[in-house]
Amino acid sequence: MLEVKNISKKFGTTEVLKDINFTLEKGDALAIIGSSGSGKTTLLRCLNFLEKPNKGQILVDGKLIFDADDPSTQKENEIRRKRLHFGLVFQNFNLFPQYTAKENVMLASQLLAKEREDYKEKKKEILAEITAEAEDLLTQVGLSEKMDLYPHQLSGGQCKRVAIARALALHPEILCFDEPTSALDPELTGEVLKVIRSLAEKDTTMIIVTHEMAFARDVADKVVFMDEGVVVEEGPAHEVIENPKAERTRHFLARYSQEQM
Amino acid sequence: MFATVLQALNEGFFETLKLFAVTLLGALPLGLIISFGSMSKFSPLRWLTHGIVWIIRGTPLMLQLIIIFYVPGYILPQNPWAVENGRFWAAAVAFIINYACYFSEIYRGGIQGVPVGQQEAGQVLGMTKTQIFFKVTLMQMVKRIVPPMSNEIITLVKDTAIARMIGWQELIYAGYAFMKGSHGYAGLYWPLLFTGLYYLLFNGLLTILFGRIEKKLSYFR
Ligand SMILES: Nc1ncnc2c1ncn2[C@@H]1O[C@H](COP(=O)(O)OP(=O)(O)OP(=O)(O)O)[C@@H](O)[C@H]1O
Ligand SMILES: [Mg+2]
Repeated sequence: MLEVKNISKKFGTTEVLKDINFTLEKGDALAIIGSSGSGKTTLLRCLNFLEKPNKGQILVDGKLIFDADDPSTQKENEIRRKRLHFGLVFQNFNLFPQYTAKENVMLASQLLAKEREDYKEKKKEILAEITAEAEDLLTQVGLSEKMDLYPHQLSGGQCKRVAIARALALHPEILCFDEPTSALDPELTGEVLKVIRSLAEKDTTMIIVTHEMAFARDVADKVVFMDEGVVVEEGPAHEVIENPKAERTRHFLARYSQEQM
Repeated sequence: MFATVLQALNEGFFETLKLFAVTLLGALPLGLIISFGSMSKFSPLRWLTHGIVWIIRGTPLMLQLIIIFYVPGYILPQNPWAVENGRFWAAAVAFIINYACYFSEIYRGGIQGVPVGQQEAGQVLGMTKTQIFFKVTLMQMVKRIVPPMSNEIITLVKDTAIARMIGWQELIYAGYAFMKGSHGYAGLYWPLLFTGLYYLLFNGLLTILFGRIEKKLSYFR
């Protein structure tokens, strides 16, 4: 359902992504692993149109949604719509501080609903639907008690889960996570991983940048190992993590093997 | 004696209020325009605005006031301040320019202080630029702007006293006139006491007002 072809990205003269290729099937979870600075965040940002790749193409369901060589795929007003194929849970959540958890989840849906043709006639029903769904999503991520609290009143793990619910509210075809457990202590890590695990069980198509190797092995269907902007190795999660072929992957995983697995 | 002093001081206070209000009316929007200049992507404009702001903030308001009041008379064929209320308008122009520069820095801090991540979160959620500005960043900017702005506005109340440099009759001028008069000792302490009280009362009111606004905005961080 997702094809990433020959994506390259430069910041000034430094090449951060070099000819990235991979595919993702519907319902699969893809884990991206790799050391710090290898370009994982940049890749997610390219998929979400927050960075513009210098080269390459992105296809969703066989449809070309981005081609670096074709300006007609990069029109500002279309990009806004195309973004909705993807959801992104930021590493530092980026929740809106002036809104409660529930309002954070509802805001974008409310704004998008205004573009519907039947919005004027059915305003009440539509808004009630959006509210009900937000409540449902927050319940799914275990925050039914916290819906009316503001981000500064929530723990890091709870904020992460609000951010996940917020991304889910728009029904993205592909949900991207940037290090969903970074900066969380072990207890909070558990609650966030549980949410992602349950999403995986519901066959949500996901891309997860993570440093949790055991989690990647257990939850992801496929793993991509990146190093210095290159995809060094990709394959089924168990194989890549337990039997890496490339020397660099082995070297990288060796650092984790003692502590985590 | 008491009544005359009070009446004169009231008139002086009214003039102070007038200068205060006109300065705010001019400087609040002008400051916003200057702040856009100082954040412009067009670098000559950015440098020019930074230069102006630097000069205005780096020199005393009193000096700017004197320059604005006296210099046009020398270099222009006709002195623009040789009109009714000319002293007031000269003071107003100097105050507006000066305060607009201070306000522009406050606006800039407030606007740039909102993390880019907020805008990116809005973009990823399919919001338009306008929606992001009004629904996401605006409130956060206001929250950042209010506290330094309230400080600056309270300073403005006291700064209006500088306008007497060019002979404009505001509150201190009114009080001072009595001290030089023939009212003896009483002519000294009454006006002084009352002038101080006027400033205190007015700033007290402003402090309460801004405190309320800040409290209203304290529901989020
Ligand atoms: N806006 C930018 N301008 C210039 N260089 C950048 C920019 N963003 C990222 N980089 C550089 O690109 C490289 C890859 O960054 P990226 O954030 O994608 O790495 P990462 O794999 O996510 O690392 P981490 O695991 O630490 O999050 C880094 O060397 C970084 O310094
Ligand atoms: Mg990163």
